[in-house]
Amino acid sequence: MTDAASQSVLPVLGIMLPATGMLLMLLVGGRYVEWLALVLLPAGLAVAAAIFAAVWREGHTLIYVVGGWQPPLGIALRADGLSAAMMLVTAVIICATGLFAGPQFSQPRGRPERRAPLVFWTLLLAIWAALNAVVVGADLFNLYVALELLTFAAVPLVALTGGTETIEAALRYLLFALLGSVSYLIGTVLLFAAYGTLDIALLSARVRPEPISWIAASLMTIGLIAKTALFPLHLWLPPAHAGAPAPGSAVLSALVVKGSFFLIVRLWFDAMPGLLNLAAAQLLAGLGAAAILLGSILALRQSRLKLLIAYSTVAQVGYLFLIFPLAGAASEPASSIAWTGGWLQLFSHAFAKAAMFMAAGLIAEALGHDRIAELGGIARRLPISTLAFALAGLSLMGVPPSGGFVAKWLLLLASVMQGQWWWAAVILLGGVLAGAYVLIVVGKALAPAGAAAAPTAPVSRRREVVALTVALGAVLLGLVPLQPSELLQIGRLDVHALAAR
Amino acid sequence: MTIFAACAALLMGLGLFGLITNPQPLRKIVAFNILGSGVFLLFGIVARRGAAAGVGADPVPQALVITGIVVAFAATAMAVALLLRLFADRGDTRLDHESAAGTEPARDDCRPP
Amino acid sequence: MTSALAFDLALAALVLAIATLTIAAREAMSAVISFIAYGLLLSLAWVRLRAPDVALTEAAIGAGVTGLLLLGAAATIGHRQAGAAPPLALMLAAGLACALVASGLAATTLVLLPEPAPTLAPPAMASLATTGLGNPVTAVLFVYRALDTLLEKVVLVLALLGVWSLAPDRVWGGVARLGPDAPPRAMLVFLAQLLPPVGMLIAIYMFWTGADHPGGAFQGGAILAAMWLIVLTARLADMPATSHPGLRLLVLAGPMLFAAIGFAGWALADAFLAYPEGYAKPLIILAEAGLTLSIAATLACLVAGPATRTPPP
Repeated sequence: MTDAASQSVLPVLGIMLPATGMLLMLLVGGRYVEWLALVLLPAGLAVAAAIFAAVWREGHTLIYVVGGWQPPLGIALRADGLSAAMMLVTAVIICATGLFAGPQFSQPRGRPERRAPLVFWTLLLAIWAALNAVVVGADLFNLYVALELLTFAAVPLVALTGGTETIEAALRYLLFALLGSVSYLIGTVLLFAAYGTLDIALLSARVRPEPISWIAASLMTIGLIAKTALFPLHLWLPPAHAGAPAPGSAVLSALVVKGSFFLIVRLWFDAMPGLLNLAAAQLLAGLGAAAILLGSILALRQSRLKLLIAYSTVAQVGYLFLIFPLAGAASEPASSIAWTGGWLQLFSHAFAKAAMFMAAGLIAEALGHDRIAELGGIARRLPISTLAFALAGLSLMGVPPSGGFVAKWLLLLASVMQGQWWWAAVILLGGVLAGAYVLIVVGKALAPAGAAAAPTAPVSRRREVVALTVALGAVLLGLVPLQPSELLQIGRLDVHALAAR
Repeated sequence: MTIFAACAALLMGLGLFGLITNPQPLRKIVAFNILGSGVFLLFGIVARRGAAAGVGADPVPQALVITGIVVAFAATAMAVALLLRLFADRGDTRLDHESAAGTEPARDDCRPP
Repeated sequence: MTSALAFDLALAALVLAIATLTIAAREAMSAVISFIAYGLLLSLAWVRLRAPDVALTEAAIGAGVTGLLLLGAAATIGHRQAGAAPPLALMLAAGLACALVASGLAATTLVLLPEPAPTLAPPAMASLATTGLGNPVTAVLFVYRALDTLLEKVVLVLALLGVWSLAPDRVWGGVARLGPDAPPRAMLVFLAQLLPPVGMLIAIYMFWTGADHPGGAFQGGAILAAMWLIVLTARLADMPATSHPGLRLLVLAGPMLFAAIGFAGWALADAFLAYPEGYAKPLIILAEAGLTLSIAATLACLVAGPATRTPPP
């Protein structure tokens, strides 16, 4: 029941370009690492843009069969509308992070190779390759390897510039992620044992709602939830994301946690479409609602800026799970509206959170600390960074014009159309709470400097502008029309036509 | 084959128990390895059930297990490295310290040169 | 009861007993030693499941190299880890939960799996002739699902980078030291002089024969790594500095060669990671050769850990 597709090598390039780039960087080391980054970041962005253009223009999925061996024996890669959008957002944010982190992780001329620059740039490329592999992967075991790639790139990034507490946070993150991987793997083997294939498209035709597929789906979802830090498996995220260096936190909160969420959606909507019933959808969204409320309340109680932003990630991830009842076990046109709203929430949160962590990093550099109570006067010293933070906060709150507003509006619309008004209440309450913690920070920043204000260190204006541009990205997403997106519908499996078979 | 299926399930249970209850992270890592090997054994059962076309076991799950064993080793190596670094910094490796990340003074971010 | 069934029963019971010993051991060192024994017995189970490639990999990597890694860690920190045992209530609750999980999984495996079992063996064997290989597992690893293997190589390199990144800034690029600083025992030095040449021969044979018989790059590479580690532990040689270009080249040559072959396939055979007609087997053996060396270097470096001494001038 999938629509037509065309062959293209671009999905493979999307994975292999950053992957081979990373290997090359490790080989040459030293100053060449930054030159390679300067070449590879735009190149990867070009590939992502090419995929986006191709999918939009042709209106159907791009497929690549690796090695010429068709599934179920071989592995296929599929770039549908959603993958194309994810790849483009990933590419833009990673390039922006590269621009932001350039001065911070640079290799001085003529000196021996330093640790942090080499490790940072290679990990950035590895995360990029892993995310691309996750969004175009169409084979469950290939996706497992991609998830491991993502974890092994993210954990050292957390520990890159950290002290002992951060190393402990990185170890805790690794243990959670590994437990998640094992759970995912058990589900994978059960699906292979029952249906004889790991290809998502073939599975969608073969999976029946029987006990073994329920068990497999539950195990895989639990594993992926641990990696996405959904309540109640969210404990590892705040110290890990707060302890990473600022560009690392930006990528981790904006993109890395979204990778495993993407797979949960792939699982329930594409691999096992008949399985998502009302109970499962309400359960997932219920956990999301708990995450929104708990994360926002905990964010309000934080005394450090980076921890506040990290708890805000825990909360905002909860919004994403509203896709399940509103776009899953639902009927058109509410389903498409919720589908667009949910993914728009992911994209605008990615831009907003990246901008927030960048701004927080600059503020911490200038002041030498990130205690919220002592932020007074920073708006005068770093007006661009404060503006970036405020704009990003507007998107998190859902204030127009911003991507966050459009996303939450579409989700509200869908929940009202479906008669599931309780999600509307959660969305509105979440917006109010987000407003509270954003305004606390902005208020403190706008306050005059305290009597014993310490002198601030100089901060690169160029880096502030990068943070502001990323925040503007979140705002620009608000210019998207208030209706279901055609692009995101490309390649989407039609559940009702399948059920009618 | 039934025997090994039960064995795999029991190994997974044992590994999970060790992972949850043992307070020392190094023992948790060992337990995780036992859990992982139980999962791989499950792949092996699936492979053995798939014996056909003149070969004793389906080669695809076998290849997946080989990949999985290598990835599990890489994970163990990274976890042990983090553990040893934690030990070198702090003198013990327990993870039950309440995250002081909320109360300790903020570390400076890596300053540009 | 046939002898095979009796053997399987005894083997499974032994494996479970040693696994229980590992979980319940008092000290970390005894747990690790039991774990190594467990891994070796488990490889026997793999032989009984008609999966000799996996048996070799489990013995070499799962028990061998992992065991070396954990032994080193237990030696460094084991005796200092006290840690109070968790309360009895938690242990009972966890035990109950795990028993439920185990019985659930056992029930699923024994009752819920369909008969006849779906299998990919027929298509794998049918296409085996076109690949020129004789070992179907090698065909799956390097032909049918080559992308998995390529990405997994990248995962290995990434793990190595992650481990190296934990070195303090001032010793970055330096030398890693294996195990505690005590002088090695004479027995160890003797073994380290005797075993490596034999081990290297076995490793090369294992890689070479992997195309048509059980074996391959992973198994051969792991044995090479183990030999190198024995030499390092006996202090007969020192690990090169982590910034040494030769070491970097050794670690990266395998995956880069494999990626290059993949791109060559795109140019010459119409698809990434496809092989030109008739050239499949030589190209695969070439890729495996590079991978054997890289896997050996990567595994050894992963066990040796991050740098602890400044690099030589």
